[in-house]
Amino acid sequence: MLLSTRGLSKNFAGLRAVEDVDFDLPKGEIRALIGPNGAGKTTLVGMISGRIAPTAGRVSFDGQDITALPAHQRMRLGMAYTFQITSVFGRLPVRENVALAARRHLRGTAVEAAVESALARVGLSDRASQEAGDLAYGHQRLLEIAMGLAQSPRLLILDEPTQGLAEGEIDSFLHLIREVAQEATILLIEHNMRVVMDLAHRITVLNFGQVLAEGTPAEIHANPAVQAAYLGGLPDAATG
Amino acid sequence: MRIYALHVGLLALLLALHFVLPAYHHGNLARVMVLASYAMGYNLMFGYTGLLSLGHALFFAAGMYGMGLGVQHLGLSAAPALILGLGAGALVSGVLAALALRTAGVAFMIVTLMFAQAGYLTVLYFGALTRGDEGFVIQQADRMLWGIDLSLEGNRYLAALTLFGTCLMLCLWLVRAPFGRVLVAIRENEERVRMLGYDVFAHKFAVMVMSGTMAAAAGAAYGLLFGYVGASFASVQYSIFPLLWVLLGGAGTVLGPFIGTLFMFYLIDLSSGVTTAYMLIAGVALVLLTLFAPQGLMGEVRRRVWRGLP
Repeated sequence: MLLSTRGLSKNFAGLRAVEDVDFDLPKGEIRALIGPNGAGKTTLVGMISGRIAPTAGRVSFDGQDITALPAHQRMRLGMAYTFQITSVFGRLPVRENVALAARRHLRGTAVEAAVESALARVGLSDRASQEAGDLAYGHQRLLEIAMGLAQSPRLLILDEPTQGLAEGEIDSFLHLIREVAQEATILLIEHNMRVVMDLAHRITVLNFGQVLAEGTPAEIHANPAVQAAYLGGLPDAATG
Repeated sequence: MRIYALHVGLLALLLALHFVLPAYHHGNLARVMVLASYAMGYNLMFGYTGLLSLGHALFFAAGMYGMGLGVQHLGLSAAPALILGLGAGALVSGVLAALALRTAGVAFMIVTLMFAQAGYLTVLYFGALTRGDEGFVIQQADRMLWGIDLSLEGNRYLAALTLFGTCLMLCLWLVRAPFGRVLVAIRENEERVRMLGYDVFAHKFAVMVMSGTMAAAAGAAYGLLFGYVGASFASVQYSIFPLLWVLLGGAGTVLGPFIGTLFMFYLIDLSSGVTTAYMLIAGVALVLLTLFAPQGLMGEVRRRVWRGLP
């Protein structure tokens, strides 16, 4: 297992946002985390990445207990995290955004190589000198992913990466993630069912902070409890 | 290359001015260079890292009193006294960093301000040692550094230039190094930096100690070069000055602090020759500059002329 949680829980002033979650993610998998709004997806991922301290439970990464580690040290172990709300360095050039990610573990000419390669993979090479804040929204999302790639992570956590992307952009996104999955394990929170069904090897469904179901896309699609949770059935893949 | 040419060129120009300036401006420029070193230290924290301190007089005074008390009461000669001043600045800024960096934003401003006021009151409280407001004079005999008499104007100018040049090159190197790039990123988006795997606290701590030590170096040099140590240098005014100089010259530019200090110094100097209400003229000039060059003088140069200016 690359990532495991045991009994992971978070209370916000009495509200149980995440409750007793045991979650296992094997190396090399693309895992989607879905669930209705307020199901605790972002809180769970926040506890995995170290942004949020758990009320109870443990997290381990590659066999090491990381529950007590601050976020930046977890990133150093090989995690990368892209934000749900685009969070790039708006007043810095695109190239420098990616270079900051690369320089954490590289020095000298290796940085440039990593930056060029990450930008090429997301298709932003010709915009490297622009200020990141001047990019279109979809391009800023791609920049976020390039920053993730430049860290050469073992686990890439994507929080709603396709939110706000146009249909055409989503296709190239799917292609990109499949390619990245050759090297990294991927955990993604996603609302777009077409993306989830297309991309994920397995899906974990959260509801009211608990794991409701876990399985392959086909199993999840056929699961009556999941359909009930989504009131009126799982959104159809075609309509997203 | 162009960047180094510009900064080394400024130092060469200042060296050339040493030989041609009339005595009055020669003395002014020496003072400006020492104060600009103070402002450069301030700029590392405020301009590059986005940490607004209102307590830098504490570090300036730590350097000045570390040096001055060392000479006055420990009988140190100039070189070890300077080192004592630097050490005092590093220590004080390290302690304050450990405490104040637990806060952010307005709370950080207030905590730094309060500690600096406590420092000022401490200087007054130990009046028997520090002579309080009145201060004390560093005798000419104690202002000999490696056989060079720093009370002589020429030597004083060159010593100020050495300090200024060292701080300038240090800043230029630092802000272009990976460490400095992370500082800028912290200023822009702290949470993102953390989630890229950088230890934000460690970076802030390190830059605060560097900033405080540079301020202390300027304070120690000021006392030694101009022969006077007094409590007014620990007052809140001396915390506000570097903020003003940096804002005027351009926060987050390497040359900005020098330009801002020079501009402000001569603005007050010239307007006080015209009227006794010179602060009014200075105030109007400041308002105009904030209106039409909100990023400071060098900030405007960067915006209009030279995008890559560090």
